[in-house]
Parts: sequence; C-alpha cells; structure tokens
Amino acid sequence: MTETATRTVGTSVKRTEDARFLTGRGRYTDDLHRPGQVHACFVRSPHAHARVLDVDGAPAMAIPGVVAVLTGADMAAEGIGGLPCGWQVIGKGGVPMQEPPHPPLALDRVRTVGDAVAVVLAENRHAARDGAEAVVVDYDPLPAVAHVADAARPGAPLVHDDVPGNVCYDWDIGDKAAADAAFAGAAHVTRLDLVNNRLIPNAVEPRAALGEYDPADGSYTLTTTSQNPHVIRLLMCAFVLNLPEHKVRVVAPDVGGGFGSKIFHYAEEAVVTWAAAKVGRPVKWTADRSESFMTDCHGRDHVTTAELALDAEGHFVGLRVRTLANMGAYLSTFASCVPTYLYATLLAGQYRTPAIYAEVKALFTHTTPVDAYRGAGRPEATYLLERIVEKAAHELDMDPADLRRRNFIQPDQFPYQTPVALAYDTGDYEASLNRALDLSEYAIFAERRAASEAKGKLRGRGLSCYIEACGIAPSAVAGALGARAGLYEAAEVRMNPTGSVTVFTGSHSHGQGHETTFAQIVADRLGVPMANVEIVHGDTSRIPFGMGTYGSRSLAVGGSAIVRAMDKIIDKGRKIAAHMLEAGEGDVEFSDGAFRVAGTDRSLTMGEVAFQAYVPHNFPHDTLEPGLDESAFYDPANFTFPAGTYVCEVEVDPDTGRVSVERFTAVDDFGTIINPMIVEGQVHGGVAQGLGQALLEGCAYDDDGQLMTGSYMDYAMPRAADIPDYRFDFTCTPCTHNPLGAKGCGEAGAIGSPPAIINAILDALEPLGVEDIAMPATPLAVWQAIQDARAPARAAE
Amino acid sequence: MYAFEYHRPSSIDEAVALITSDDIQFLSGGQTLIPTLKQRLAMPDALVDLGGIEALRGIRREGDHVIIGAGTRHAEVAASDTVAGAIPALAHLASQIGDAQVRNRGTIGGSVANADPSADYPAAVIGLGATVRTNRREIAGDDYFQDLFTTALEPGELITEIAFPIPEVAAYAKFAQAASGYAIAGVMVARMPGGAVRVGVTGAAPYALRATALEVALAADFSPAAAKAVTISADGLNSDLHATPAYRAALVSVLAARAVAACGG
Repeated sequence: MTETATRTVGTSVKRTEDARFLTGRGRYTDDLHRPGQVHACFVRSPHAHARVLDVDGAPAMAIPGVVAVLTGADMAAEGIGGLPCGWQVIGKGGVPMQEPPHPPLALDRVRTVGDAVAVVLAENRHAARDGAEAVVVDYDPLPAVAHVADAARPGAPLVHDDVPGNVCYDWDIGDKAAADAAFAGAAHVTRLDLVNNRLIPNAVEPRAALGEYDPADGSYTLTTTSQNPHVIRLLMCAFVLNLPEHKVRVVAPDVGGGFGSKIFHYAEEAVVTWAAAKVGRPVKWTADRSESFMTDCHGRDHVTTAELALDAEGHFVGLRVRTLANMGAYLSTFASCVPTYLYATLLAGQYRTPAIYAEVKALFTHTTPVDAYRGAGRPEATYLLERIVEKAAHELDMDPADLRRRNFIQPDQFPYQTPVALAYDTGDYEASLNRALDLSEYAIFAERRAASEAKGKLRGRGLSCYIEACGIAPSAVAGALGARAGLYEAAEVRMNPTGSVTVFTGSHSHGQGHETTFAQIVADRLGVPMANVEIVHGDTSRIPFGMGTYGSRSLAVGGSAIVRAMDKIIDKGRKIAAHMLEAGEGDVEFSDGAFRVAGTDRSLTMGEVAFQAYVPHNFPHDTLEPGLDESAFYDPANFTFPAGTYVCEVEVDPDTGRVSVERFTAVDDFGTIINPMIVEGQVHGGVAQGLGQALLEGCAYDDDGQLMTGSYMDYAMPRAADIPDYRFDFTCTPCTHNPLGAKGCGEAGAIGSPPAIINAILDALEPLGVEDIAMPATPLAVWQAIQDARAPARAAE
Repeated sequence: MYAFEYHRPSSIDEAVALITSDDIQFLSGGQTLIPTLKQRLAMPDALVDLGGIEALRGIRREGDHVIIGAGTRHAEVAASDTVAGAIPALAHLASQIGDAQVRNRGTIGGSVANADPSADYPAAVIGLGATVRTNRREIAGDDYFQDLFTTALEPGELITEIAFPIPEVAAYAKFAQAASGYAIAGVMVARMPGGAVRVGVTGAAPYALRATALEVALAADFSPAAAKAVTISADGLNSDLHATPAYRAALVSVLAARAVAACGG
C-alpha cells in the first residue's frame, strides 16, 4: 500500500456533487415528506402599512382540511420573541442603532406588503391556501413610505412609532477634518450623485422550511434552506422560541442558491418549528415565487452623494461620501453591518487616498427588509468609487487606466492601513490592470469603435478596479465593531479505520462546490484519493458549531479550519507512526500520504496509521490515545482582500437604447486557487449578476409601497443570451495570513462588474452629451438619457 | 388554482355547446390562462379544452392565402415549410414568441382570442390584413381588435382558423421587454400584391392597430429612411415600468424602418 495520490490542488477537477444534481438526485427541503405533515400557508398583508384591527380565523377553520389557524397573538401569548439583528451599529455620538421589535407574525401593525399576520395549517397545500384566503383580517390602512430619500424627509410616515424620523442609525467613519482640509486644498473636485438600485435575489430554489417535534424526547428538527444552520439554531433558540439548543437540530440539506438571501433567520423558520409542537405534526412551508419576491430579503438600495478631491497631478487627496441606506421595515439578521462595515470600510478601494470621510444614515421604510446580497456593501462601495474615478478621468481628460495607476497602492506598501479601518495584507493592482488591458486589447479599441460606428452603433469601454474584504472575519475585530457573534469557522477531520476520511465543516455549500474543493485540499494534504474523502455539511447534529457560508469566506476561513484540523491529524498520526515504527517522534516525516522515518526505508501510509489508531492493541495508553479524529476552530487574523480589474465594452443602439455587452475581461487576484474551473464558474455567475444589476434588474415600489416588480413578467433576470463570452485570467498574490493563501472568489464578479458596464455605457454616450445613467440601464433609461441630452442642444439651436 | 370542471370535446360543435355561461371558458394552449389560474386570478366554473379537436389544427395554402388552424402551435408555424415559403415573416414572428416551452404549447387562436396588447400575432393579423374565421362568421382583421383584451368575438364564439393573404414581401421587427419577452413594440410591414403597404403595430397601444402614417409614407417610398422619418404620436400609447408612450412612439418608427430593411426595401 504505497499509493501516492495525484496532486489535485490547482487543477480543474470536475465537481463531484454535480452527478446528483444533474440526475435529479439532489435532496432539497421541499423534497422531504414526513408522515402526517401539514402544509403551512401564510396570510400576508396586501398593505404596505396598516393597523391590524382583527384577525378572524374561524372562516378558515370551516374549510375542509384546515387543521389550525395561528396568529401573532398566539405566539405572543407564549412569550415568543422577535427576530433578532446580529450586529449592533453604534452611530455618531455613541448612539446605538434602533432595533424595533420584529414579531414572526405581526401583532397590531403590518409594515410591508407580505408581512405575515397568520399561518394556516392544512392537510395539503391547496387547503392551506384556501384557508389563508378565508381568514378575515380587518386592516386599517395607513400612509406608507417606500423610498429611502422619502423616509428621510420631515413628516414622512413613521414605520415604527418609537423610531423618530425612521432613522435606524446615523453613522460615520473616517477623519472629517482631514477630508475637509483635503478638499479645501484640492486642485479639482469631481462630484457624483448616484443610486445603487434595489435588487431581489432570486435563488433558483425558493425558501422552504419543515418543522418537526418529537414528544418522546421534547426535541425539534428544523429543515430549512439556509446558508448557516448553526446560526439559525442559535438565533431561533436563544432569541425567538426560547428553546434549549441541545433539543434543536437544524438541517440545511441541498440548497439551490443563496446569494446571501438564505443567511438570515426568517420568520417562517420559527413559525413552522413552533407550530409543529403546537399541532403535534410536522409542518412544511415552501414559498411560491411570488412570496420569494415579496419576502426574501432584498439587496442594495442606497442613495449616495460622493466627492473626490484631486491635486494638480491627478492624485486622489480626499473622498467624502454621504449615503442613505434603506433597511426596509425591520432589521434583518445582518442588515445593519452591510451599509457600514461592509461598505464604507471599502471606500479606499485600490487607492492611496489619504483622507476619507463617510456618513451613512440607515432608514426604515415600508418595504421588505434589505440585507446582504452577493457582495453586500462592497458592490455599493465599488460602484461609487469606480464611477467617480472614471468620471474624474473624463473631466481631467486623462486615460482612466492611467489615473488609476497613478493612485494605486504599490506592492511595496503592503501591509497597507487605509483611512477607513481595513489593513490590506497584500496585492499587486497594477499587475491585474496591465493583464486586463492586454487581454481586452485595450490599445486597439479605436478599431472596434469604428467598426461599431459603421453599423450605426456607439461603442464604449469602461474599467473597474475593485477590491473586496472577504473571509469575514477576525472575531475580535468583528466584535469590536458590533458583531454579536464570532466569525471563525469550525471543522472536524475524521480518519476512518480503513483510511477514508470524513470531513465535517461549518461551511455550507449551496452551489459553491465545497464537496469538490474541500476534498481536493484534504486529498492532497493527507495523501488519500479524493474518492475516499467525504465532505459533510449542513446538519447541526453532525457538524461542529460553525458560522456558515457568505462573504466569500468558505475557503479562506472554512478551508483554513480544515487545514488546521488536518495539521492535528498529521501530528497525532506522527505519534502513532513513531510508536509503530519504534522511532523518535522527531524523526518521523509526513509527506505524500506516508509517515517515514527520516533516513530509512521504514514508513506507514496514512491508511495504515488510521487503522492502528482504531485497533490500538499495543498503544501506551498513558501517552497515546486511540482514534484519529481532530477538530479545529479557525479564527482568521485579518480579512482577505481579493482584487482585480474588469474591462467592459458595450455597444449601444442609439435608436432603441439597447445595450449589449460585447466584450468582458476579468482579471482577478484570488490568491491561491484550488480549482480553477470552479473559480471561473463563480466569476461567470458573479459577473452575470453584476450585469443583471447594471442592465436589467430594478426592484420597484410605487409610492404607496406596492411592489411593482413582483414577478418575472416585470423583474428581468439575466438570461444566457445576455451574457457575453468572457476573457479571463488570474494574477496571484497569496493571502499572507491563512494557511491556504486563498482569498475567496464568490462575490468578486458581482462587485466589480456594474461600474465597468455603466462606465462603458457612459463612454459610448459621451459624444451625445450624456453624463449620467442610472442602473439598471434599461433600453428605456438609455433612450431617455439620449433624448434628455439632445433636448438642451435642440433648445440652444 | 381553484377547482373547476374540465371538458375535452373532440368537435367544434361539441365545444361550443359546452359554453353555457360566462363562467365557462375555452382552454387552448393555456400559456396565459394556466398561469392566471395558478395565481388564483380567475375562477372559471369549467374549462373546455380545445386540444382534442383535430379540425382546429393544421396549416395549408389556399390560393393566395395561408390558412392556419386556431389550435396550431407557435412552434408549428415557426417550423412550417408552407408558412416559410409563402410568408417567411410570419414564421419568423412565431419563432420569437415567448420561449421554446411557450411555443410548444401556445396556439395562434389562443393568442388572437386573448388579444394581449403586447402579443406578437396581432401585429401579423393587422399587418397582413388577415381574416379571422370563427364557427359563426368571418371577421376582417382590421375590425377584430377593439380594446385591451377586447375583440369582436361574441360570447361562445370560437376562432377556427386565420387566413393570411400572401404579401409580396413582409417583415416583422420586435423590441422585446427584457423580463417577459412580450413586445414593447412590434411592427409588421407588408407590401401586398398591387403595391399597397400595410403596417400592423402591437405592443404600443391598448390593442393592435394599423399605423396609417407609416403606410402612407412607405407607399410613397418603401425605404427604411422613409419609415424612420415618420413621427408617431405618443397620444394614447401604453405606459408602464418598461416604456413611456414617447419611447414606444419612437420605437414604432425605428422598428418599421428595420422591418422595411428586412424586406430588402
């Protein structure tokens, strides 16, 4: 048994999980059918804001098959708490954020369309829906406010009576005096007002939850579409249902996409768990697509004013930013940290801007809660920064690449402390920029522009040099900034007696391919074939207490935890091998899956050591325990800082306003890459989502808080035909502080691409005098911008 | 959806006889009706499924017309050699409706009966000057569409087939709404034997109609430039999240010009 497993890290191993997904054998929450289960249908408010005068479930109980109608009052009577927020932001002057209660089922007030006031349980989905329609709710509609700028106006309807001015917090970061001084001495100031458009996540699998209660031991099981089952268990047990954690198991089986929207603890999870005990039967709920549009937390929704100060040589000397951030009707799990610590801390970007000051006012509105969505704060920061930098280049008549180059943090300046809290460990921004310019054939753009013009099209080119902070997060830093949880990750690596390996990870895969990537790391490090490695995730009864998957943290934090656990396995294995080989522990080396006594031909494979660990017939039990099963909790020393350059070229049809992305070049520095194919796939998907934000997706509410884009008839998602061929490459400066050198890749595409696309459109439209375009740059928006630019020209004629 | 009775007759007479109240509806391809039912936005007592009526299916040429049975699916029209040989613009139009799933289920009769203001076929009915044949009569295309989702059909009247005159040349240009795929505007331009020009517009107004200003301009000069030079009034055009009346008006000229260009004009 001297097999040497082939090295897999750095190679595009095909995804092992795909066999079950592609053959319909994935097992999702809605696939589970428990004996005796009832189906839940929520009674949801049609009003954005109303008093709830009465909820009468009696007519529903008369519907055949209806088992129960439960209301907010029923929950309140049992002392059920509200959904908590996991991050406390402290605003200016030490004022803590407002945290109004968020009951799982509304009590006397509904605050957004889709707010649930009751749940109907029935023998089947149809009866449940019939029952929900039969519940009579007496609403007294009240004035509503949907848009964040309106919510900030004096006299705006209040979302929560005890939250004055709808202000959740008014927060700032940076040195105001230094920034003001920089502007006072600036040679040029570029100003930009912009909106970061509100998005609806649209995971392919709608949210679902199945609650079960076992009266034999008083235990609960919640199966749910979650990115972080342990976090859900903690929040639901400690804050909402007041259940002991050891009596609650939360399972997140196969999950069909999350993009952040499945991080949060949602009301439906608590309701089905509670109701299962209440009626003594399993309770299942699966959102229909309309419910997903209405109740999955939305993303983005910022209104921002920014100013960039430059000196006479084009160096950035100061940046001032004021942002209004829409929180929606209630604070979702991580809502508060998104427009603060995940946003304003990124405003240095790749640049040496010495003075930055940002103010963020977060406001409640009568809309669906807003929380993290792929990128979470970092797309908003990148969009702002890369738009204003490009605008400055145009105003100064400088090449946008040159202006960026002039301001980049240089490779010899790392570690680099920004003026907005973060300390970048490593990077080489010019390397990514240069590679992206080459790959995009930047130098001969004029030829392509001429070719487009010959077809009657306008061609434009836009750049975006993004940075993101991933691998959230050093718990000490997060805690100091208000996080109410640690943000480490946990792993257990179990060598089985016959040499196979079971890995239990707190990370959760819902499209990322962990079962492949993590297995590659384990196979290489332990010297076993990938086929002998099983990755277990998503079940609190099996995995250690880990924090889950979001913020591009799985590899950098979760993968590092696995490496740390493997280090312990190897250390223990060395002890066992030393004993078996009758050598000193210091003389035993481990490489290529074998423990060798240095300078001899005596060795044992990892498999042989594992077997001995579980058949310890002659172990010295005072110094060597049986077993080969180790766990580790990895708390990162810093964030990781993936960065890169995206170059977009568009063609605009001036007659219709239609934009087509003709060429998209992405060069990313993700540090060490384990599986290039999976990483490329992540960038493909991320750029597609960024393209969706830039060109197609715009969640719209009317002034009364009605959701105007509540279905795929009006909310446009990118389709295959909208996506260009990508040009790709990677540069690599390995992360300096985690054992893999990995930085994370899940969000980059969505972060870096929107400004590249909008910059390209504005470049194309510059000859027509168009200076601004809002996202999404729909055909109507582009056509209208062209008309508006022509109108004053006509008027002047 | 709510519960309803379901009938699947095999003849036109049988189908029509089953419509005994306003709460009983025909079901053809169901690409609008079924989603409406699933969202519980309609509560018919019964549906009369036309899918079993062989007489409603099929495509044939009759002299200077192409006749398409009301139950013929979009994919069949798109793939029909008869259509492609006589009116390639009509096959092209059908190939752009919805997506492959919709085209494999949706029918021409269902689309024309539903009269969605953004559907594609109405542009062809108007632009080619088609005749809508029902179990009771023949209705000139120009008289057929009357308002938003409102047609000349009477209660219980069933479209059996649609007769399209074969133009000398024709083309359809569509500007699709990004989310739904429906036409923000769609324009069918046809030059008929004898030189008359017809322009049928869908998507822009509450119902499909002729763009007479374009017809006059193109009769004088069948060129893209002539179409583009026509200013369409925005009065009365549709307004929604995706397009203003002024934008739709501008698109109609642009699409007409593109259709003329596709005609080789």
